[in-house]
Amino acid sequence: MGYRAYRLKDFWQRRRMLSAAAIQARAVHERELRVIVSTTHEHTRTETLAEGSDQDMGPGQLEDIVQLIRPDGSRAESPGFDPWVADVTDDQLVDLYEDMVVIRRIDTEATALQRQGELALWAPLLGQEAAQIGSGRALRTDDFVFSSYRENGVAYTRGVDFGDMLKVWRGIASAGWDPYAIGMATPAVIIGAQTLHATGYALGCTYDGVDSVAIAYFGDGATSQGDVNEAMVFASSFQAPVVFFCQNNQWAISEPVGLQAHRHISDRAPGFGIPSMRVDGNDVLAVMAATRIALDRARSGGGPTFIEAVTYRMGPHTTSDDPKRYRPADDLEEWGRKDPISRLGRLLESRGALTGDVTKRVNDKADAVAREMRAACVALDKELDPMMVFDGVYEEPHSGLERQKSQYAAYLASFEGGEQ
Amino acid sequence: MTQMTLGGAINSGLRHALADDDKVVLLGEDIGKLGGVFRVTDKLQEEFGPRRVMDAPLAEAGIIGTAVGLAFRGYRPVCEIQFDGFIYPGFDQIVAQVAKLHYRTRGKVKVPITIRVPFGGGIGAVEHHSESPEAYFAHTAGLRVISCSNPQDAHTMIRQAIACDDPVLFFEPKRRYWLKGEVSEELGADTLPMGSARVAREGTDVTLAAYGPLVPTAMDAAAAAADDGISIEVIDLRSLSPIDFSTVEKSVRKTGRLVVTHEAAQSGGIGAEVAAAVTERCFDWLEAAPARVTGFDTPYPPAALEEAFLPDLDRLLDAVDRVMGRRNSLTGWKATA
Repeated sequence: MGYRAYRLKDFWQRRRMLSAAAIQARAVHERELRVIVSTTHEHTRTETLAEGSDQDMGPGQLEDIVQLIRPDGSRAESPGFDPWVADVTDDQLVDLYEDMVVIRRIDTEATALQRQGELALWAPLLGQEAAQIGSGRALRTDDFVFSSYRENGVAYTRGVDFGDMLKVWRGIASAGWDPYAIGMATPAVIIGAQTLHATGYALGCTYDGVDSVAIAYFGDGATSQGDVNEAMVFASSFQAPVVFFCQNNQWAISEPVGLQAHRHISDRAPGFGIPSMRVDGNDVLAVMAATRIALDRARSGGGPTFIEAVTYRMGPHTTSDDPKRYRPADDLEEWGRKDPISRLGRLLESRGALTGDVTKRVNDKADAVAREMRAACVALDKELDPMMVFDGVYEEPHSGLERQKSQYAAYLASFEGGEQ
Repeated sequence: MTQMTLGGAINSGLRHALADDDKVVLLGEDIGKLGGVFRVTDKLQEEFGPRRVMDAPLAEAGIIGTAVGLAFRGYRPVCEIQFDGFIYPGFDQIVAQVAKLHYRTRGKVKVPITIRVPFGGGIGAVEHHSESPEAYFAHTAGLRVISCSNPQDAHTMIRQAIACDDPVLFFEPKRRYWLKGEVSEELGADTLPMGSARVAREGTDVTLAAYGPLVPTAMDAAAAAADDGISIEVIDLRSLSPIDFSTVEKSVRKTGRLVVTHEAAQSGGIGAEVAAAVTERCFDWLEAAPARVTGFDTPYPPAALEEAFLPDLDRLLDAVDRVMGRRNSLTGWKATA
């Protein structure tokens, strides 16, 4: 037996000791996954071979995708995915609807705060609400999120304080919140770096004998980074319980996804030995189903899973960006028809679940959140004590920095008493 | 006390760290069955199992980034970078994540990661196997950078690095791995203040500051100079971030002269920092301008040329002559003291 095989056997032995039920569940999920793989990847490959055209199989296209709610609001059947959201009641769908409306409102309010000079910058998530809510709401509190800077919707599902959400964008902190308080690392600004952190964290979960899962959020642009590819190698090699959640929003600032990939991004993962799913990222139910499948695989010792949620960044990269310079004019119209919130709204309407009372309640909640967020924002003091620049560099005293700190304190003190 | 090689002393230090704290995990290329290309992790996997001593896929960013995630989960990862020149693929994770995570989160996330790096030349190796990249890391806030020069320090300092709640770059002088010395395993992590230099030999005329592989060379220089009636005080810096300037300052105020040496290139190096700090702090005590004896501002040369590149006994003594105002290679042999 090779050494690696020995290690994996060791993992499995621990798993068996943890829960026989989990093993049983895993067998079910492996069967499920085979179905899913056969409905996505195998299909993709067959069709690719048949058509032989890169153009038709472009990484931004919506063919070969898992969809449970069509853009017109009708419910699509999917034998592989439906069982994973069979328990979701209409009331729960309304909750997901509310979440999406609220985070779109958060996004709009934060953009306004930036325009009014209260924030230095904001990275809008407009259009990506379903991808973030559908996945974020599938997580348990003991799972851990490693994200980029656009996952404010995910942060909302983790219960982040609104002031904490805005600190970075107001320029008063390098990170807003205590990662351990909400089970979410502070966002990585270096593209793709967090995927490795998720992998290491997941490995630690395995070592600790718990079934918590790490989930890494990143974009289509990040998949070109070495770190993301290395994370998939490590996750596969160590069978780490990690979910790679790629929001393919079609743009890396001005670069279209076609520059990052010639084929579906989800096609890469199987090459690393990681099963993958390609879902409609504007379909909150499909995203939730895929995330639940991936989480369940991870919890039951099945290792990593890759999800590509195909969506569209309807806004700019950040408030400093001008997408008019590069985005085709008809894209917004086309993707507007696939809007995640209105399609769920239509589904709920067709079931009589989106009554006037519900709509009012949802809008009132969004208004209240926006008010709360604005109040939290302006309450954050922009004037910090200059000595704070030294805080937290090291856990233990560092003599070189201590000297600079004391000299700067003396320098500042020299101004006390004013001009003579 | 046990006779150990420097590499064996690190091995023994790692064994203690693994035994003392089950959150300590080792991660690196070929560190398992092989025991590392320099055998520094010899038999540790056998003893502690493949979870505690993990062979990693061949990706330095992957090793460091995975260690960051493990640290998030409360582990104390010890990463081995196989050779100095292989650290650059992991550079981003080190300077952008390992170094900044504690500051970014105002200490909410602790990053007790140790990164072991066999460094320096003198072993006749091919390109990328003889470099001294320590200054990059000493220049990076949030990291601690240390380097050992003898078996006892190697043993104690690796335990100190692992016990430290800050990230530590631990530079191991690879050409001294086989240097032997007495080691007391009683001298654990808490027996040495973090970031403290060591007076390796007392003297009165010249302070010679060195670290890692050049400390034995500096000791040889001090012995040779003594024959010539010059008393050299050798300081083993041990820590490069922070640098223990109080020890250096005390010595220079006594001797009035400073020579600082390292294998790394001169410009922007540790020697420049030491010379600048000594000039700032000891200007009124200096009898001569500080002198640096370093590798040149070239890439590390092919093995057949490394003797020309590496500071050696004669180049150190030449610099000692310079700060003593004696005839030296720069004045030409006509000048006199």
